[in-house]
Amino acid sequence: MKQKITVAVSGLNNIDSPGPGIPVIRALKESKDFDIRIIGLSYETLEPGLYMHDLVDKSYQIPLPSAGIDSLLERIYYIHNQEKLDVIIPNFDAELANFMKIEPLLKSDLGICMFLPTQEQFDERHKANLYEFGEKHRVDVPYSKMMFSTAEIQSISKEFSYPMVVKGKFYDAYIAYNAEQVANYFNKISAKWGLPIIIQEYVFGSEVNVTALGDGQGNAISSVPMRKLFITDKGKAWAGISLDDEELVNIANRVISSSKWRGGMELEFIKTAENKYYLLEINPRFPAWVYLAAGCGQNQPEALVKLALGQNVEPYKVYDIGKMFIRYSFDMIVDLKEFEQISTIGEL
Amino acid sequence: MKIKKNVAISESGFIFNPTSGDSFSTNPIGLEIIRMLKDEKSKDEIRKYILSKYMTDDSTFEKDYYDFVMMLQTNQVAEEIE
Repeated sequence: MKQKITVAVSGLNNIDSPGPGIPVIRALKESKDFDIRIIGLSYETLEPGLYMHDLVDKSYQIPLPSAGIDSLLERIYYIHNQEKLDVIIPNFDAELANFMKIEPLLKSDLGICMFLPTQEQFDERHKANLYEFGEKHRVDVPYSKMMFSTAEIQSISKEFSYPMVVKGKFYDAYIAYNAEQVANYFNKISAKWGLPIIIQEYVFGSEVNVTALGDGQGNAISSVPMRKLFITDKGKAWAGISLDDEELVNIANRVISSSKWRGGMELEFIKTAENKYYLLEINPRFPAWVYLAAGCGQNQPEALVKLALGQNVEPYKVYDIGKMFIRYSFDMIVDLKEFEQISTIGEL
Repeated sequence: MKIKKNVAISESGFIFNPTSGDSFSTNPIGLEIIRMLKDEKSKDEIRKYILSKYMTDDSTFEKDYYDFVMMLQTNQVAEEIE
């Protein structure tokens, strides 16, 4: 008999740059051990997940991360009062800091469980600190440097050779082939995501990613590698395939073991023609393609829920190789009444 | 030249490299050659087979075989025997 629980999930923006919420929910709905009622947490009224009633049982708007932890706490208390939440799975980078701060309080006050990285883990894998992270955990990372002003371009040009990668602290990355392009991308990214801008050495190769789950004790519960087969103009995978790449899985597991990573994560690598792996980025939550892991036999979101509830989880040993995911877009027909309801009372 | 161990080759000529995620398709002659390479046949054995089965000459075989195995190597389907 399946255990009945209620899990709140954010990241319901299933658009061309999709959030991980819907894939996480699909994996949870396939759980063998849980019968899960899903509560959607949304920031915008047009997040498609709000209207996917076959996947999301009830949805609530929550305050933007910039509103701070007090208003978030107040809203979670209200939602918990209605729904009796057992677990929350936040899926946005920008909201994680707030949820990490309130994790102990939600556990002690309301009994709501989460399974998030620690503040130290969250900070040290930050783009700006990734080079030092690589040195600490013995994984190759392209050399990178923070940049705070376009006045630094001249000195940066001496330190890095072109092309170089210009990255935002949260999102966005562009390849610049000259100083003028560096300045353009600096302005474009900083206007959207603020400073600093990260300049990274460009490594040529194919992009391979790993979706993984660490138990916080140094054990990798699951690691599934994937190569993007079709990439959108936003750099997002629209199709991908699971790989048989033992070395890549070993590197991912070494990072998890060495950092004692707690929670879901995505590791993004470049594999060079010489079969060398360079870590480009660590996302401190499941990626939007996490449902592929479930499709390959490793249901990472389900395992995360078990860890959050304090249950014992044995590491997965095998996964299906050569399983593909292919995304598609889908037009939902939505009654204006539903849009009105979420827009006015913040619940649907 | 040998075909990498974990490369999957189907009856239809579909080739899948599970390490890189790349897939390819080949025509029936390509499939025959890949199978012979997988069975560790030498180039001379493959030449003898192709010349006896198909209407071609030695220099055409030489050129096409070279192109084909180079393609297999570039795409990491095959590797040189050490």
